[in-house]
Amino acid sequence: MNSLNINNIIRFVVLILAQALIFNHINFIDSVNPYPYILFILLFPVNNNRTLFIFLSFMLGLFVDIFSDSGGVHAAACVSIAFARPPILKFAFGMIYEHQTIKFNNTEFGNRVIYFLILIILHHLILFSLEVFNISNILLVLKKTLFSSVFTLILCILISVLFSKKQR
Amino acid sequence: MQQIINFVLRNKTSLLFLLLFFVSIALTIQSHSYHKSKFINSANFFTGGIYESASSVSNYFDLKTQNEILVEENNKLRSQLLNDLDSSLTSISRIDTTTFNGRYKIQTAKIINNNYSASKNYLTINKGEKHGLKEDLAVITSKGIVGIIDNTSNGYARVLSILSTKSKINAQLKANNHIGSLEWNANSSSIVQLTDISKFAPVKQGDTIVTGGQSSIFPQGIPIGIVDNFVLDISGDTYTVDVKLFNDMTNLSHVYIIENLDTEEIKLLENPVNE
Repeated sequence: MNSLNINNIIRFVVLILAQALIFNHINFIDSVNPYPYILFILLFPVNNNRTLFIFLSFMLGLFVDIFSDSGGVHAAACVSIAFARPPILKFAFGMIYEHQTIKFNNTEFGNRVIYFLILIILHHLILFSLEVFNISNILLVLKKTLFSSVFTLILCILISVLFSKKQR
Repeated sequence: MQQIINFVLRNKTSLLFLLLFFVSIALTIQSHSYHKSKFINSANFFTGGIYESASSVSNYFDLKTQNEILVEENNKLRSQLLNDLDSSLTSISRIDTTTFNGRYKIQTAKIINNNYSASKNYLTINKGEKHGLKEDLAVITSKGIVGIIDNTSNGYARVLSILSTKSKINAQLKANNHIGSLEWNANSSSIVQLTDISKFAPVKQGDTIVTGGQSSIFPQGIPIGIVDNFVLDISGDTYTVDVKLFNDMTNLSHVYIIENLDTEEIKLLENPVNE
């Protein structure tokens, strides 16, 4: 339990710094940036305290906001996906989630991709609609959401595969 | 009372979610109004320090291009100086100092964080209040304008980039004095829009756009870019001009900060005290 906490604290700090110093400055084809810092929310242990989880997600988003000068858009998006996570977990993993024994390392790959994808699209949609904050620019929002989601999804899967422990 | 407490305890996650969501929405809306985002900005001790140490490493990667830019600017200034020398021999009242009675005070700074992918972009520079910076100072490079300082801390300052839907800067055609305002539609990081140019203005592709003399922030005549394309507005009265920037906003390092020493006086004159 203790190592789990330390693990999460390290993840929190490293992901924020990586987002601020590396991923915010990728600017692929002029303006596409990935946001893999939400891996913290995606991989947070399921059976933990939900209130704490939502609060931590808010802090995560707020720190990224401070680094990227974006008001509160990341915080809003992070809090929303943290709140919406349980139903999406149920949808993506079905029965295993019901028994509260889920471990992301030994779930099926396809299920994990679907789970990542839904949360990433939700996060990016909220993020960009708040950031652009203009209904007449809805096409710009959708375009940014699409490109960034693909980018984030690929990075999230790569990172989670690279850093997962082998289960033998 | 018991029931209220029970209700709160039962729905504590939803209530916390709603609370935090509204806090973040409030922060977002606050950041949309000019000069209001005091709390959430990258010009503070903590983020500024992290950005500064990161940029002290990444600096080395584009030393070569930055040197070339400097040499190019030196070249331009030197040729200006030499050509100016001839004409100045005739005028006797030339004072040999750069600070005497000058209207503008210039400082250099380094950009430690540059964003250009969002719809409201900011840059962070490594100088702040202790170097005499304050809000509403102009930030330029040797090639063209960059933005306006909109938030300062002790050691760092945040610059509102011209690549921001919030930014509005007075600009004009170089050839004649038709003025308009410079905005950005968030589409491309090398093109900004000049709106409200009168339809009687003779606009041509390739014309140079410079800052206008109507703002007390930017001195008149700082280069911005060239006309790339222009269309008549829907109303039919004004042109909207696409301006291709001289600056490569994606690759900035050293900037100049211009302080207009007459700003106070101009402001006092424009807003006389109500009696």
